[in-house]
Amino acid sequence: MGHGRHHPLIMILPVIGALLFGRVLPAWTLSLATIGASNALVALGVVVLARAGNVSFGQGLFFAAGGYGVALIANSWGITDAVLQMVIGAICGCLLGLVISPLIARYSGIFFGMLTLALSMVFYGALIKTTVLGGSDGFNVGRPSLFGISFVDLREADFMLYAVAVVTAGLAAIAAVILFQSEFGLASLAVRENNLRVEYLGISANSVIAANFVIAATLAGTSGALALMAQRHIDPQFAYWTTSGEFVFVAVLAGYQSVLAVFVASLALELVRSFSNLYLPNTWQLALGIFLLAVILFLPRGIGSLWTRERHRRTERSLAAPTAAEEGAPT
Amino acid sequence: MNFFLTIVLDGLIEASWLFVVALGMTLVFGVLKILNIAHGSFYALGAYVAATTVILVAAHGLPPAAGFVAMLISVALIGSIVGLLLERGLLKMFYGRDEVVLLLVTYAVFLILEDTTKLIWGLNPIYATQPYELFGNVEFAGLYYVGYDLMLIPASLLIGFAVWYGLNRTIMGKIVLAVIHNEEMSASMGVRVHRVYAGAFAFGVLLAALAGALTAPKISMQPGLSSDVIILSFAIVVIGGLGSVEGAAVGAILVGLARATSVHLMPQAELFVIYLVMAAVLMFRPEGLFKRETGRRI
Repeated sequence: MGHGRHHPLIMILPVIGALLFGRVLPAWTLSLATIGASNALVALGVVVLARAGNVSFGQGLFFAAGGYGVALIANSWGITDAVLQMVIGAICGCLLGLVISPLIARYSGIFFGMLTLALSMVFYGALIKTTVLGGSDGFNVGRPSLFGISFVDLREADFMLYAVAVVTAGLAAIAAVILFQSEFGLASLAVRENNLRVEYLGISANSVIAANFVIAATLAGTSGALALMAQRHIDPQFAYWTTSGEFVFVAVLAGYQSVLAVFVASLALELVRSFSNLYLPNTWQLALGIFLLAVILFLPRGIGSLWTRERHRRTERSLAAPTAAEEGAPT
Repeated sequence: MNFFLTIVLDGLIEASWLFVVALGMTLVFGVLKILNIAHGSFYALGAYVAATTVILVAAHGLPPAAGFVAMLISVALIGSIVGLLLERGLLKMFYGRDEVVLLLVTYAVFLILEDTTKLIWGLNPIYATQPYELFGNVEFAGLYYVGYDLMLIPASLLIGFAVWYGLNRTIMGKIVLAVIHNEEMSASMGVRVHRVYAGAFAFGVLLAALAGALTAPKISMQPGLSSDVIILSFAIVVIGGLGSVEGAAVGAILVGLARATSVHLMPQAELFVIYLVMAAVLMFRPEGLFKRETGRRI
């Protein structure tokens, strides 16, 4: 439960801190942090789903939907504003999530994963085929602007995106903490433990799963927009299953108890990736695989358990909610 | 009419090797309840090992037939050794954990094997076409086919029959079926379940590697091979029903035909068509076409 004892809004302070810190960071870390925050948003969605006991292997679907939606709308309407693009991405993800959620809410466990995988691969297959959208090569988009200002200086442009990413990620994190502490968030945990009992208590397990699914889709859509702006290029790889696999990877690394851990894990992954690209160009997946195995083996609750477990021991306030979070297997 | 026949034959050729891959995957799921993402990597491993063997044999001036036999033997050996090592050395540690955790473990194995094959065989495409001419060209109802391709159909039928016979008509197979059905009960009846696990996993890897070897002369081996194959065999086992041998056969034929049809009529739509079928099957029959009655919540 991450920040159980603080008011969630206190997290605004680190967000502002990170924003100011960006002024002194070298340029390459800015874009790295932007990508890290973008991936963390999708992984946060995976965590939201996992708290209700489901693992999605197809978040790439909404990631790509957000990216392509923004790219198409921005190109045809001439929208370059970064914030507007994020909103469009979120809406694209949310709408697609709304369409799919009633269908997917009936599934759980491995079938949930398979169906999400199948849907994202259908989208991938369709994108590959659509020559109007550049087929498997994708297409490029222009630089985003912010509030009517377009940035010519590359460093300033990178910092602008970094700022947008940090603020978005901060807002998402605050929203996630509030969500996890809310009645709905606790109901999600209960669905994972025993969905039948939840139904007896008068809550529809299916609608809990569906709502979580829409939230995750919205986060992924937002992230797709952010990734599009950072790369200024989009291709069907956004929807491929290995992309979705990476989001699950970040979520597993983070564990399902701390929101902060998701961002730490995503940044760590991006750092590992960029250093490996430099020093071990052909073996970074190898390193990643071994890392993943080690985490599953030695930190089954993710890196978030490093600090949440510590705090529980200290405070010994075993409320119902934290114990439910602790006992749940890291599915 | 000829066009139709082409599609059917191409589809069956495609289905034949896909069936062998999917058979391994579905067996592993049936016995160990692991949805093995690394299965495609074992296919790629088999293909690479086969290519190396074929090239080595050809370098010694031996005939292609010797290369063909050597490639099957080397792949069978390496496939089962890798399978046993992985099961005993790695998967064993995660038994009893959630299905999804095991899925992630195999995802890690997939990542590791992906780079390992790159390290061993490099990034450039490898060709091993010598055995491809082994069976000559065959004329079939006015169509010319490479004999090797047509040979794949009876070869996969043979493998399928052997697996079916082994499972249903031998003592060992009955034991495996018992473990698939109820592992705790089999253990209490004196079955050494962990041996069945090890054997089944090794056999699954062997089948994937064998399919890789059989297709090695037809294709170029390069990075990315495994992730393409895994999504096809995923689709097949989900369409047919996880853990069902008959399902794997029907799923493979459906996917093979869908692929061939789209290649001839609407190229590049193949993934779209296949996954559309898979999504449709999951929506209406989540347990696959060949549903085994279970009390499990889906």
